[in-house]
Amino acid sequence: MARLIHSSSLAYAFGFLATMLWQTPRTQGAMEVAPPPVIQLTAADKPGDDGRAIVLHWASAEGAPQILLSRTLGDEENTSLVREIRIAAAAAALAAGATPEAAEQAATDAEQAMSTNHELGWKFIGVASGTEGRLGFEVTDLPAAANGFRFRAIASRDGAQSAATETAASVVTEIAPLFASRIPLMVAVIVLTALIGWSVWMACRVRAPQLRKIAALNAIDEAVGRATEMGRSVLFVPGIQDMTDIQTVAGLTVLSRVARTTAEYDATLEVPTTRSLVMTAARETVQAAHFAVHRPESYRADLINYVTDEQFGYVAYVAGKMVREKPAACFYMGAFYAESLLFAETGNSVGAIQISGTAEPSQLPFFVAACDYTLIGEEFFAASAYLSGEPAQLGSIRGQDLGKLLAAACIVIGTLLATIGAFAPDGSAASAASWLVGALG
Amino acid sequence: MDRRWIFLAMMLAVGTPILVQLRPTETAGPLSKATFDAIEAMPEGSRVLLAFDYDPASEGELQPMANAFVHHCASKGHRLAFLALWPLGAQKATETVDTILKPFHPEYKLGTDYCMLGYKAGNEGVIKVIVTTLLQQFPTDASGTPLQEVPMLKGVANIQAFDLIINISAGYPGAKEWAQYATSAYPDAFTLLVGTTGVQSNQLYPYYPGQMEGMLVAIKGAAEYEVLVNEKYGKTKAIAEAQAAMRKSSGIGESETQVPPVLQEGQRRMGPQLIAHLLMVSLIVLGNVVYFATRTKGATR
Amino acid sequence: MLKRTIPLLITALAGAILIVAYFSPATTNWGEVVTDWMNTLAAVAFILGGGNLLFVNLEKISSRRAGWAYAAVTLLAFVVTLTFGIFKIGAVPNPQFPATPWAGDYESVRAPFGWVYEYVLSPLTATMFAMLAFYVASAAFRAFRAKNIEAILLLGTAFVILLGRTAAAGILTGWIPVDGPFAILRLDTLAVNIMQYVSTAGTRAVMMGIALGIAATSLRLILGLDRSYLVSD
Repeated sequence: MARLIHSSSLAYAFGFLATMLWQTPRTQGAMEVAPPPVIQLTAADKPGDDGRAIVLHWASAEGAPQILLSRTLGDEENTSLVREIRIAAAAAALAAGATPEAAEQAATDAEQAMSTNHELGWKFIGVASGTEGRLGFEVTDLPAAANGFRFRAIASRDGAQSAATETAASVVTEIAPLFASRIPLMVAVIVLTALIGWSVWMACRVRAPQLRKIAALNAIDEAVGRATEMGRSVLFVPGIQDMTDIQTVAGLTVLSRVARTTAEYDATLEVPTTRSLVMTAARETVQAAHFAVHRPESYRADLINYVTDEQFGYVAYVAGKMVREKPAACFYMGAFYAESLLFAETGNSVGAIQISGTAEPSQLPFFVAACDYTLIGEEFFAASAYLSGEPAQLGSIRGQDLGKLLAAACIVIGTLLATIGAFAPDGSAASAASWLVGALG
Repeated sequence: MDRRWIFLAMMLAVGTPILVQLRPTETAGPLSKATFDAIEAMPEGSRVLLAFDYDPASEGELQPMANAFVHHCASKGHRLAFLALWPLGAQKATETVDTILKPFHPEYKLGTDYCMLGYKAGNEGVIKVIVTTLLQQFPTDASGTPLQEVPMLKGVANIQAFDLIINISAGYPGAKEWAQYATSAYPDAFTLLVGTTGVQSNQLYPYYPGQMEGMLVAIKGAAEYEVLVNEKYGKTKAIAEAQAAMRKSSGIGESETQVPPVLQEGQRRMGPQLIAHLLMVSLIVLGNVVYFATRTKGATR
Repeated sequence: MLKRTIPLLITALAGAILIVAYFSPATTNWGEVVTDWMNTLAAVAFILGGGNLLFVNLEKISSRRAGWAYAAVTLLAFVVTLTFGIFKIGAVPNPQFPATPWAGDYESVRAPFGWVYEYVLSPLTATMFAMLAFYVASAAFRAFRAKNIEAILLLGTAFVILLGRTAAAGILTGWIPVDGPFAILRLDTLAVNIMQYVSTAGTRAVMMGIALGIAATSLRLILGLDRSYLVSD
């Protein structure tokens, strides 16, 4: 059995030994006096979560700066431990010249011995400070365990350790129907969805809202028309992120309109992409636009190509293309970073009319400075609805604005409450402000 | 005006101060002081996690602060763990270890005093996991050694065991994600310091001083921080010995009493920045003069 | 049907699952399955992308179109780097497993792949980024015009930030005492205050609009109101 305990393959299971070996900076020459043990160690399932967290509380004597925590194993961990103990016992027996039957028996004996050894089957989970026991220490990412978990805590000071304290009973975790911490956000999503839904319904049934003129979108026809007159191409850059970024999707909806116009005017549209999926989606979009204007024969898939995922490699390709081919119109619609100004300035130097749109706040100033027209933030997301002119889509914009009004109202109310609360910290305004912060934060 | 004249002027504005070694005097601002004080306040031997979330493109702006962070932490005797959420960040970390830690802190041993966790794909997903379970994302260090066998990480279940997180960030994933998924999620568990590019700083100011205890903004922040670090740790015995060894082996190197150039990169780059900014101010003024002159001329006609 | 209805259903289903999975612990795994599908598709699409790169450039070379030499350079760089990376050519062996070079470090500068990164990709990337300095200057020269009150405010702010982030701040306003009542007028303090308060407030407002825009766009796509990216049946 001693050989088994020293088997390196089992090392992870010996939480108790691991805590004993815990290395902490020690004061040279200091007297190592064991701190008093942790008392009142309790464990409770964390409510409103995915059943993978338990909160520990304890009380510890003054001056015990570190609490070493361990837990019992989950189902899979336990199965794995039993398997390893059996394999190690059988291997040891075979090495000693035992028959296969005897080795099997040795494995069974080792498994039985394990079940009676209380020190086996503990897993070290971390170190907490003494004070965390009062506030509640959260053990997260727990595996599945049908019988629940027990916990063990050891107080440590200058390397000297107290006796172990264990929780009285096992705690079984429960999966809540909803994440409690995400309920406020869920309410916000439901409210926003309801507002948008209501606005769409109103737009379809009563009257579609009128949107103000967005110069950047109105300029699409002018830009493509100019390219056609000059006999030069139109360049569309859909950002440098993948389809997982909603800005790329918004960019492709604008591409749809640009492609429709180029198809109508018989202009050449080039779309170099930095992600393979974007290339595929862009091809679908442009092809759809050509079908929509009954010009499927003019669609050319080879003009929509993949370049590279590497940011500045892509910049070098696109900028080089601009300098060589001098497109008459350049569209930059999507997620952009440092390359925004490199594109926009190169486009400017070749005399192209430039229209951009992004929701990256740090890049907006560069586009505003260097392009002819820029869709700023939410305008960019409204572009698809604006260009389609469909009542349902236009209605969604009104819903979005109602959501913004609601957010603004929350800000004003919160600011007022917090300001009043600053003057009267014990008043109801301060309580309301802290509730609001808790609910929304 | 042909913009190539502007390019030429900019080249001279950046190149000339480098050649004449123009180095304006820097005084540390409140952000740099807060950053310096946070590291100073940690007791010797504290565990520090350094996340190198940048690549060669922003090296010019961020490498000086990376050097200063590592030198400062090592001078304080902290134990350092390097990781990267950017693919090329891991190589930047290795370079920083080679240029700062190995020559100026030869007592630092891999595994005992510092370790390289390497790059991990998954962006903020990695942060979400390692705040509770480090082993799940990093079962081994960059060289393939199991994490349990790395002496300085013995008993470390997650990054809450680190006393300080330093993030050098050029964008996504970076400082914002560390603030959102580490310090915001576990406000009592982490102290976060950030070094960031100028263009990204706007989005990070809301997190200071709540989720970030200190922040170095662009090369200016790096230069200010270098002043504070070098004042206290710029002329140590180990640095003098390292420089003497360098001089002996290559015949070049600074005199023993000088702070090594690699620890003054930020201050050195403030010279070109000063002249380049002045050029831009001049260009804007010139542009407006031309604009008004043209407008007046047009109105007169 | 195949080109419009089914993609719409997939979009709606995947979107709805991801939303529900975020709020309900019981369905978290569903969200992970959807994400895994997305990653799998992206990996397959990467092969498509690589193939497209080869096809486009080979076509350019074979038809000797303008700039075919650039295409040749691109292809050469692509194939060489890919070979170094995939076959781990010259990887530095791990000291623990010297007999198995494939377990070695191929990203080390002593290995060809690491060398390409260090001495080819890094300098090229840094060069492209450095060009920003020139472009910022020419954009500033062109864009900052005192045309109206708003433009003058923008211009003034630009001056404060440009000067406040350099030693010029100390030269021009360093004489104002740091603790005095006029300390706020020091250029460095003014620059930090503009960044920390004025700019932050503006950025937050833009961010809020963007967040709502993202939510509305996502809903339009999930509900099938926006179909502009789909081919008609």
